[in-house]
Amino acid sequence: MRRPVAFAMALALSMLTFAVPAFACGGLIGPNGAVNLLRTTTFVGYHDGVEHYVTAFQFAGGGGKFGSLTPLPGVPSNVEKGGSWTLQRLIRETQPIKGVIAAPFAARNTAQDSVEVLLETKIDALDITVLKGGGAAVGEWATAHGFRLPADAPEVLDFYAERSPIFLAAAFDADAATARNQRIGDGTPVHITIPTANPWVPLRILALGKQANDPVTADVYLLTDRKPAILPLARGANGLTLAYDQGASKTLLADLRSDAGMSWVPANGWLSQLRIDTNAATLSYDLAVDVQGHSPSRVAAGLETPGSADPTPLALTLLAAAMAALIVIAIREQKRRPLPA
Amino acid sequence: MKAALLFLLGAAVAGACAPAAPRAVEIRIHYSHYSTTQIDVPAGVPVTFTIYNDDPIEHEWMVGDMAMHERHRTGTEAVHASRPDEITIPALSIRTTTLTFPTPMTLMYMCHLPGHEQYGMVGVLMAK
Repeated sequence: MRRPVAFAMALALSMLTFAVPAFACGGLIGPNGAVNLLRTTTFVGYHDGVEHYVTAFQFAGGGGKFGSLTPLPGVPSNVEKGGSWTLQRLIRETQPIKGVIAAPFAARNTAQDSVEVLLETKIDALDITVLKGGGAAVGEWATAHGFRLPADAPEVLDFYAERSPIFLAAAFDADAATARNQRIGDGTPVHITIPTANPWVPLRILALGKQANDPVTADVYLLTDRKPAILPLARGANGLTLAYDQGASKTLLADLRSDAGMSWVPANGWLSQLRIDTNAATLSYDLAVDVQGHSPSRVAAGLETPGSADPTPLALTLLAAAMAALIVIAIREQKRRPLPA
Repeated sequence: MKAALLFLLGAAVAGACAPAAPRAVEIRIHYSHYSTTQIDVPAGVPVTFTIYNDDPIEHEWMVGDMAMHERHRTGTEAVHASRPDEITIPALSIRTTTLTFPTPMTLMYMCHLPGHEQYGMVGVLMAK
């Protein structure tokens, strides 16, 4: 099966090591089981077959170490410090501050029983490792490196490893952040570049370690060349809402392009803002995207397991063929019947 | 009269043939769930439990009454290794323990690592 492509968000396969849960950006879980409820903001841009994933780790004070594991749809070609204002600029674009005149924007397959370390880098107080391996192997690696995985981690790791055996582990050293004079609230943006056929955003992982009724909230900004098709549909009742869906403004694109590492931003694009407001039990899916606007993969959306063929096109074709055959047979039988005398 | 005698004889034979509760029990842990949530064992004889942890995270198999479990819900022991009824099973490993339940009793077994009991790592053990 061809892997769902594009990448993902979700900072969350996360479990902290040691004592004080000090930071977090979405879905991180403390060693005492406490769940951090901060809203996660993630930007996923897609252009020329490459996904650009930008998110931020926020220093919230305290000490110790903790981290996160994020499933990726492919091997990243680069992991670097993200720009300074991309996420904030997107929030401003979709949630303009009323009554305030905005100042001009300042310039500015999986079953593998071993783990392969593909990339290691350090960004501020973050130690980042890109891993390739099956769910159990990645879980074992994470445990050996001080991550405290919650009870649902084995199943969730397998769920993602069956789709793509690539994970990004980020270990955050709060003591190092303090030593760097990082202040509470300071974020460390991370920009991951992943060549892939379609964007993919893992959402289910945001529920990792949470109780069924625990709330999960997140914003995903999606910038594509044209209006994309997404799966599951943003119905609201499933916890997914399409809060913004229109052509990206020239000023937004210019501002994004002027941020560090964002020169790839095209001259035209479509901006979608997806809001996740639900509970952990409901969030059983990921966000599959088809940038051509056709049919996103049900496997990528987590609605089917890999290996079970995406039934939509094939099953419908077979059904249509069967119905056509039945009609032809019925017509023939009708013609054969002798006319009443 | 004959029918009654036959019934009693049949009942006696059936009783003699009833399968004995096992003295060796295997429990697997997968996706943070025990493979069985009810175990019947004989009282008064040693029973060997072999616990396979198929998960890449650590688990526990702690068997006892509710008072014991209440203590462990707020306990601080990182690892249980000194008591046969309190077993820590490291990731992807196997542990064996032997217990004798002197009289018929009903106990619970659980994992008390944070969040694991709530996730469903609970079972009932009946010594008969």
